[in-house]
Amino acid sequence: MEIFGISTALLGSQLLVGLINGSFYAILSLGLAIIFGLLNIINFAHGAQYMMGAFVAWIALTRFGISYWAALIVAPLIVGAVGVLIERLMLRRLYKLDHLYGLLLTFGLALIFEGVFRDQFGISGESYEVPELLSGGVDLGFMFLPIYRGWVIIASLTVCFGTWYMIERTKLGAYLRAGTENSAMVQALGINVPLLITFTYGYGVALAAFAGVLAAPIFQVNPLMGSNLIIVVFAVVVIGGMGSIMGSILTGLGLGLIEGLTRVVYPEASSVVVFVIMVIVLLVRPAGLFGKS
Amino acid sequence: MTSTKLKMTACAAALAALSFNALAQVSGGSVKIGVLTDLSGTYSDLAGSGAVLATQMAIDDFIAKEKPSFKIEMVSADHQNKADIASNKAREWLERESVDTVTELVTTSTALAVMKVAKEKDRIAIMNGPASTPITNEQCNDVSVHYTYDTYALANGTAKAVTQQGGKNWFFLTADYAFGHALEKDSSAVVTANGGKVLGSVRHPFPGSDFSSFLLRAQASGAQVIGLANAGADTTNAIKQAAEFGVTPKQSLAGLLMFITDVHALGLKPTQGMFLTTGFYWDRSDETRAWSKRFYDKQKKMPTMVQAGQYSSIYHYLKAVKAAGSDDTAKVMAMMKKTPINDFFARNGQIRDDGRMVHDMYLVQVKKPTDSRYPWDYYTIKATIPAAEAFQPLALSRCPLIKK
Repeated sequence: MEIFGISTALLGSQLLVGLINGSFYAILSLGLAIIFGLLNIINFAHGAQYMMGAFVAWIALTRFGISYWAALIVAPLIVGAVGVLIERLMLRRLYKLDHLYGLLLTFGLALIFEGVFRDQFGISGESYEVPELLSGGVDLGFMFLPIYRGWVIIASLTVCFGTWYMIERTKLGAYLRAGTENSAMVQALGINVPLLITFTYGYGVALAAFAGVLAAPIFQVNPLMGSNLIIVVFAVVVIGGMGSIMGSILTGLGLGLIEGLTRVVYPEASSVVVFVIMVIVLLVRPAGLFGKS
Repeated sequence: MTSTKLKMTACAAALAALSFNALAQVSGGSVKIGVLTDLSGTYSDLAGSGAVLATQMAIDDFIAKEKPSFKIEMVSADHQNKADIASNKAREWLERESVDTVTELVTTSTALAVMKVAKEKDRIAIMNGPASTPITNEQCNDVSVHYTYDTYALANGTAKAVTQQGGKNWFFLTADYAFGHALEKDSSAVVTANGGKVLGSVRHPFPGSDFSSFLLRAQASGAQVIGLANAGADTTNAIKQAAEFGVTPKQSLAGLLMFITDVHALGLKPTQGMFLTTGFYWDRSDETRAWSKRFYDKQKKMPTMVQAGQYSSIYHYLKAVKAAGSDDTAKVMAMMKKTPINDFFARNGQIRDDGRMVHDMYLVQVKKPTDSRYPWDYYTIKATIPAAEAFQPLALSRCPLIKK
């Protein structure tokens, strides 16, 4: 069967692959959006923290025999704890200054992290096996879907919408949102805003590490794996609107699908289509699709 | 003074004059080698610090064995795979630090940029890491040597072998830049020449990380062989994801540019059975093992062909300087081209007038995990491709230095 001369099998498979990539975009841009929303920090270390999540999972498996399933919890905790330290020791001093300082600091940190891992593990990277329970695949008729990829979509959407629920529907989330609006007022009401901020940064970083663990069995675990992805994810955040929670999730998924479509029609453009959309959105709606101007 | 004494004094004076003479001809009494390579990026495992180490080993061995009358120094720098950084650094070395030869130069664009500077300053460029054929064709010059391998030799070795063994229908997964296009073009020609057919190709952005959608296209093409016209992380990710999506083992993959570090990073499970062409394998002979073990003790990794070639080329260069008694570019180049190369790295090696060093290449197959008996036991050598057949024949050369 064909639509506009494109076989439905090809279209279906590329859209599904787009959705898988979109899940990565969603979870990464969500972390960035949360951090920006409350801390006003543009976290350039996000890609490096994603990479660290993947490496922690790999080290946990090869050196300590910690399984993939445990790594899904352990790696975000460890990398999130590193995030907490960064916030307490460094970022904290920059809140009163221009955005640019936070950006430069986190960019510097990203370069340092990547340099250290490159020095330790080289550039070719390490292989992480797909966990046994999720290996193999199913024939969907129009494509062969590896079970692990299906799991990525489920895990990432669960975490994304869980996070959205926590922020939009719980008391903790209400404090967070209030802190974003007017932190001095919230502080005056007796809520420990600095602790809230530390927690938020740690959580955003943990999300990146979680995405890293999800990515480890798919991609070669390599010190630069985050630096290629982070630019696209920033574009996603800009398109969705800086700081918008639901916006970043939906934009992440949507752009994954659009990339998938582009790969059917004109594969060479698939790496730039996100940026073309970014330019258009910035021209038409400078605050982003879901942002408040 | 007795006549014996007189003779001895005369001899001593003559000897002194001779060695003084030799010293005078090597400018400053010292040969300086500049290793310009990727120390931090994509190619730092296959060249990088290992290439710097190989250069130092060549210098140390040369001093110990050949006891030269001149001093040898080495400097190294990271060119970050950027042509402008590479040419600026090379210029600085050649103009101000009296470097005699700039070497390694992984990434074709940096190599081409430095070759121009070397020609302008009349110094030597010895290349081991870069792969593209224009280095010894359109852009060739008389001060450059392309030593270890090139895309022609790789395509010729791998594509020919796979096609002849029955892999007639090909589909290419190609990195969308000059190198990928060149590799696809060279390989397609070999496939067709050997009775095979190219069903199509898809070009992926460089660098890419998710190849699933491109692999699905390759899968849908129904081709027996998927040729990977890319390198480094692109190749390793594509191989890994091909296994994930069930592309392999139904269809087989041909890695057109793969290094032993790539196989090491992926492990044998997803790479087993793949054919590839290499200029060097550490476990080929007693000589290669002995050298590679020394390298391994320092680097904790077995050498790639680029690193082994780096040692061999620098040793050959230093021998030429000694034999010519000079570091004058024309004299050294003539000596390097005149002297055949036979060492642990190269068999039947000879540098041609277009700058191409031709030597035996090896077609290897990646072992099954069960057949690998010790660390880095990765390849079975399937065939030796003789020097005369491995590289592009001079008759097809597009280098202006070659008169036809």
